[in-house]
Amino acid sequence: MTNPLLELNDVHLSYLGRAGLVEAVSGVSFSIEPGERIGLVGETGCGKTTVALGILGYLGSNGYLTGGELRFKGQDMSALCPEDLRRLRGSDIAMVYQDPTAVLNPSMRIWKQLAEVPMTHEGLSLSAAKQRAATILEEMHILDPERVLEAYPHQLSGGQCQRVVIAMALLSNPSLLILDEPTTALDSTTQANIVQLMTEIGLRYNTAMLFISHDLGLIANTCDRVMVMYAGEVVEEGQVTDVFANARHPYTQGLLRCIPLPTADKDVRPVLPIPGRIPQPGERPIGCGFGPRCFGFSEGVCDQPGLPLSNTNENASKRVRCARWADVEDSNPDLPAAQPPSEVGEESFRVEGLKKYYPIADGSLRSFFGRTKPRHIRANEAIYFSARRRETVAIVGESGCGKSTFAKVLAGLETATAGEVRIAGTDVAQVPVEKRTAEQVASVQMVFQNPDETLNPSLSIGRQIGRVLTKFGKETDKDRIRQRVAELMDRVKLSRDLIDERPHRLSGGQKQRVAIARAFAGEPALVVADEPLSALDVSVQAAVGRMLMDIQRRHDTTLLLISHDLGQVRYLAERVVVMYLGQVMESGCTEDVFAPPYHPYTEALIAAVPVAHHGVTKRHIFLEGTHPNPSEPPVGCPFHSRCPRKIGDVCETEPPPLQRDGKTHFISCHIPVEELSKVEPVLSVKS
Amino acid sequence: MNEPSLKILPRRSLLARMFGLSIGLRHSPVAVIGVSLVGFWVFVAVFALLLAPFEPNATHLPFAKPGTEFAGGSVFWLGTDHLGRDVLSRIIWGSRTVLFYAPLATFLAYVVGIMAGLVAGYKQRWWDEILSRISDIVLSFPVLVLYIIIIATIGASGVNIVIAIVFASAPGIMRIVRGLTLDLRNRDYVAAARTRGESSLYIMWVEILPNARGPLIVDACLRVGYVIITIGVLGFLGLGLPPPDPDWGGMINETRAMAMVFPHMTIFPCLAISSLVLGFNLLADGLRELSMRR
Repeated sequence: MTNPLLELNDVHLSYLGRAGLVEAVSGVSFSIEPGERIGLVGETGCGKTTVALGILGYLGSNGYLTGGELRFKGQDMSALCPEDLRRLRGSDIAMVYQDPTAVLNPSMRIWKQLAEVPMTHEGLSLSAAKQRAATILEEMHILDPERVLEAYPHQLSGGQCQRVVIAMALLSNPSLLILDEPTTALDSTTQANIVQLMTEIGLRYNTAMLFISHDLGLIANTCDRVMVMYAGEVVEEGQVTDVFANARHPYTQGLLRCIPLPTADKDVRPVLPIPGRIPQPGERPIGCGFGPRCFGFSEGVCDQPGLPLSNTNENASKRVRCARWADVEDSNPDLPAAQPPSEVGEESFRVEGLKKYYPIADGSLRSFFGRTKPRHIRANEAIYFSARRRETVAIVGESGCGKSTFAKVLAGLETATAGEVRIAGTDVAQVPVEKRTAEQVASVQMVFQNPDETLNPSLSIGRQIGRVLTKFGKETDKDRIRQRVAELMDRVKLSRDLIDERPHRLSGGQKQRVAIARAFAGEPALVVADEPLSALDVSVQAAVGRMLMDIQRRHDTTLLLISHDLGQVRYLAERVVVMYLGQVMESGCTEDVFAPPYHPYTEALIAAVPVAHHGVTKRHIFLEGTHPNPSEPPVGCPFHSRCPRKIGDVCETEPPPLQRDGKTHFISCHIPVEELSKVEPVLSVKS
Repeated sequence: MNEPSLKILPRRSLLARMFGLSIGLRHSPVAVIGVSLVGFWVFVAVFALLLAPFEPNATHLPFAKPGTEFAGGSVFWLGTDHLGRDVLSRIIWGSRTVLFYAPLATFLAYVVGIMAGLVAGYKQRWWDEILSRISDIVLSFPVLVLYIIIIATIGASGVNIVIAIVFASAPGIMRIVRGLTLDLRNRDYVAAARTRGESSLYIMWVEILPNARGPLIVDACLRVGYVIITIGVLGFLGLGLPPPDPDWGGMINETRAMAMVFPHMTIFPCLAISSLVLGFNLLADGLRELSMRR
């Protein structure tokens, strides 16, 4: 057997806080062989990033290695002096962080940043280093590497930046690459490309990789082995296929149940959220960390300290930290029963030919005197669709496709350039929210993406929800308002004790629940939810998503769900509208859109969804290039520049016809529907 | 569903929150010194009547050195000035002037600056253009020149000093508030307030201003310090409160020609100004530390 590259032996990592020394990681052991790809999954707060920082010796001024040993190539890391550690970090161990745009220096050209690495670590000359930078960018499959080398980071897209960051990490030929949520900040199509790239790199450079992510799909698609972390401990480890197909630990099982099956919707196979929330370091229970949230918890067994990672009898490499793994195996909690689909009501709003152009500010004197032609960002171009009461309609597309702009026009935060938005019969497309009537304002409410920004930090939860009730004249009496607020908090499953708390005491999921309660408080006809789940952990996503559906049914509301996560969309929405560059490419019932005939763009989007479920196979499709600049959209079909199924010049010259397949399924493409119907489905389930 | 009982916890009172703040400040030695210095002068100002051994404007023995005993067993602890007025008593009574006009002027400057800054930052467009240009014009004058022009035009009096200080400091405050507003107006909770049809006034007052308070409170503490210096400088230039009422800056001005021979007349008022300004600056530092830690 070869020597392991990295060995962690019962590692304990702690932070010194105001409450004293708090253990964030308690007793993690694993080893990485050269060239191996290992995944570390778990929710926020389980200690996975701390492990990565611990390996690099980057814990900061208040972090300490409080037990165990860390060996890299047989050398004890804690024995190294800071200078040696620094040399090691750049050359032998490299790290890729979550947000690529924050890693690159915004005031330095890309080639300079790349060339720095070999110049520092290998003492290469400037020209040689520049040469190396160019070569590695080509190996990263960056389109137009010459331009990228001369560019500043802000001129690149998120995907390109992440490729540059990965290139930078690989420049010194590290034997270990640590990737902390490498694709979380990226679009799903870009995500798929980066995943593909990582697999390729692993093979070519024989670099060992440690993937850290909360995305089980990503880990399933990239890694050989996986470790599931919970409350600072590894609770299950083994081969990826093994762990995901036969999860033994109740936590792993719970996580898998939180992710919607990519081929079923909310009525057929509802997800089952894990109850409770992850304990803070320092508040972790004795014994099994997952005990308080576990269905199979048994007193006297699960609350004993010192639970070992024990082998299961099926496979030597698979181990699980659960006292009752053999018993809980079949004691699966009852999955929620399938529900009858909700009946849709009358039409609640209709969008006709909506157009939204933003003028590009041009401060030059020439434009001041009207000598230049004003240029526009075409955020929305001719959008048509309608939605009914009790219906969930999803708008999907990559970032920059104009889906958020569309939401803002609906809510009156922006006004349309042309076209109509009819809410309850009247056109409000050109009416800003300040000029809308009280009923029109009350009929459209929004839920926003970022849980940390959605609530006013200075006001109590109760006041923020209550304000909606007073504002829309639902209630005037103070005590009645408080009562109604408390009921709304029950409905979104928030404890009533939080009513006088300020938002900073709440977790991300709780904040999003408050935001949802606030949006539904005025009983609007339409709620626009802009990426309401994207910033949340997997298990929280499941819980909040389910609650959102419950409250929608109860209030008979139309829900417009804006998302780039097709897995969630498949699960939550009844109808889907696929947007690209401000235009609708495909629309129809969810089942129709997720099955052939597909628009080639939809097909690529579906293929980009990372799938963790065992037995689901998917076809790989990779989209070249990036979303074009919406100020200069391609002529003809907007998608022709990236389309893998382009049929010829007609795509570049003529706008595609709107083709109908069935009653409500529309595809905007030059390829005849009959031909698109012959396409093999992207996802297939082995059963 | 039967009506579940609703627990209504009373909100923490203002007193309790002030107490919480002082507990927080206790951990910072800088803040403790700042609070003690400011607290000392506030105490002196409030109890001036009891603390001052003499009438501030009564003339006794001119040019008495510190510690000189006077008839009736009383002592000129800090000596007397050229007109025979007790320096200590004048400093004690002078603290009233400074601790009345400086916070008042700062507060009013903040009222104007916050209103202008919120409107400029939230409304933007021509509101911003007009308000920002006005503030640019005011800020382009050297402050001292501005003070001299204003006071010379409208005359030296307590009210006029406040007017001059508000006029000169409000643009700077407006800049800060405008900058904070530009950032805060893009938050999702402001968008949420707009989608429920809140008025601009409500959004500026409830959604934006309370969230800008951290930096503003720190700045206000620093600014009170500057205003104290300004009042001192105005007094020194003879543009302060008209004599004979005690005013620290005025005391320095009246006695500076004799400072080489009778330093006590000048040095003690100087120390009074410095200690009070220092107190406010340290308090600001402490508050900043506290806000960073949260």
